[in-house]
Amino acid sequence: MIRELFNSKLIVSLALLVVPSISLAQDLNGANTGWILTSTALVLFMTLPGLSLFYGGLVRTKNVLSVLMQCFAIAVSISILWLVVGYSIAFGPSDSAYWGGLSRMFFSGIDINSMSGDIPETVFAAFQMTFAIITPALIVGAFVERIKFSSMLIFSILWTLLVYFPVANWVWGGGWLGSMGLIDFAGGTVVHVTAGVGALVTALVIGQRKEFGQSSTLPHNLTMSFTGAAMLWVGWFGFNAGSALAADGAAGMALFVTHISAATGALTWMVIEWIKFGKPSGLGAITGMVAGLATITPASGSVGPAGGLLVGLAGGVVCYYATTYLKQNLKIDDSLDVFPVHGVGGIVGTFLAGILVSNNLGVFSGNGLAEGMTMGSQVGVQVTGILATGIYTAIVTFILLKIVAALTSGIRITDEQEQVGCDITDHDEKGYSM
Amino acid sequence: MKLITAIIKPFKADEVREALSDVGVSGVTLSEVKGFGRQKGHTELYRGAEYVIDFLPKSKMEIAVSDDMVDQAIEAICKAAGTGQIGDGKIFVTNLEQTLRIRTGETGDDAL
Repeated sequence: MIRELFNSKLIVSLALLVVPSISLAQDLNGANTGWILTSTALVLFMTLPGLSLFYGGLVRTKNVLSVLMQCFAIAVSISILWLVVGYSIAFGPSDSAYWGGLSRMFFSGIDINSMSGDIPETVFAAFQMTFAIITPALIVGAFVERIKFSSMLIFSILWTLLVYFPVANWVWGGGWLGSMGLIDFAGGTVVHVTAGVGALVTALVIGQRKEFGQSSTLPHNLTMSFTGAAMLWVGWFGFNAGSALAADGAAGMALFVTHISAATGALTWMVIEWIKFGKPSGLGAITGMVAGLATITPASGSVGPAGGLLVGLAGGVVCYYATTYLKQNLKIDDSLDVFPVHGVGGIVGTFLAGILVSNNLGVFSGNGLAEGMTMGSQVGVQVTGILATGIYTAIVTFILLKIVAALTSGIRITDEQEQVGCDITDHDEKGYSM
Repeated sequence: MKLITAIIKPFKADEVREALSDVGVSGVTLSEVKGFGRQKGHTELYRGAEYVIDFLPKSKMEIAVSDDMVDQAIEAICKAAGTGQIGDGKIFVTNLEQTLRIRTGETGDDAL
């Protein structure tokens, strides 16, 4: 099943190489088109307002508006960038295994009749755009409360241009990782490893907040975070089940395993905190939920329902310990824990997809390995995908941060401005007037 | 005249107000404040880590009374605010030089 899906993406991409898209138009499938239109709305809803509220509630009162604004500004900028060049680099027709070329700049050659498989190309392109929006928005969690708005925006645009678009091509746009047989149904590597590693490098370069580790940095509004987290859960149905690019059995299974993994991740985190501290925290529960969702993302097209349970359990446990280790032991101020939750979740899920795809695991069986693949060779491909996207992201992120620092005379606000807060410092307004 | 400043547990504020009314105190100013004493702070959880909160929320009540009312008022506060647990709070008594009612211009005990 998964192989078929990858092949269909590959075939579309390969076909685009030799003939204008319009001439390979299949008959439009209304059900599939309807579902991907819906999924597009669901995934945009994850960023606006899901992730924005989730992140906004986790910072301090004086920074809430800046976080909402960062997510919003990324959404509008990346939308334009997608039209100008992003779709072309990620999904344009090209001979290269590394990028899609520039022939689809400004959606050149795409009109109302253009098809991508059996859905309109505009629908496919809009759906993929929402993934390009949320990925840099996830990184916001690493540098909140201390980055200059100008640095943030330039970095996010360049990062999406030079990290997200190429990696999306490698995995989904007919590039080398997809051709190798990498299982990444909805973005374990493309979205979560890139965002997680990008966040980790950014946190290391920008440094800790002045009051890192002190109780004064605790979240100002967990009601807001709960609201946003619940929206992320719902929106994730579009993210994962929409990645089937059809309203079919693959979409149904992806939706179900996604839900099970989210619930398992949340429950796992709650139980760990309950045992360790005597009380399960609300923030712990929703963080475990996000960990379960991030972890199932690459595997959602290949595992079965019981496999989804294992993925959620692994995501909850591993992301929990990664979060406490990074903050408490390594003292890295990835402020909202983007790497330990999204990056580590993406890595664990991409790895597990190579195992739980097997149909020889009894009740934990998945949809079956692709022809010619063994579990060993599939896991090898998965590890290659994780390492390639992680290392590439780390290097490019580091270089971009240095370039942006040079362009904007440093990426960090002054200590005094940090004390005042990013709302006033960056925007001359406040989230709350009380 | 004396100014009584009582730092109490927030959930006891209503009982203290009632007890003061019962002994004839006709006005109280209440503020929400934070602080620490022997009770120290408490911990809060953030994603698998405990953070120490040094300052606990308390209620601060300011009561201006005539000299002959001081003992009664203090007794009322102690009775109403006490739980026997650490963190019940403290009472400070200071001399009050002058009181003035803005509307009428009355001063001293008449303004209380």
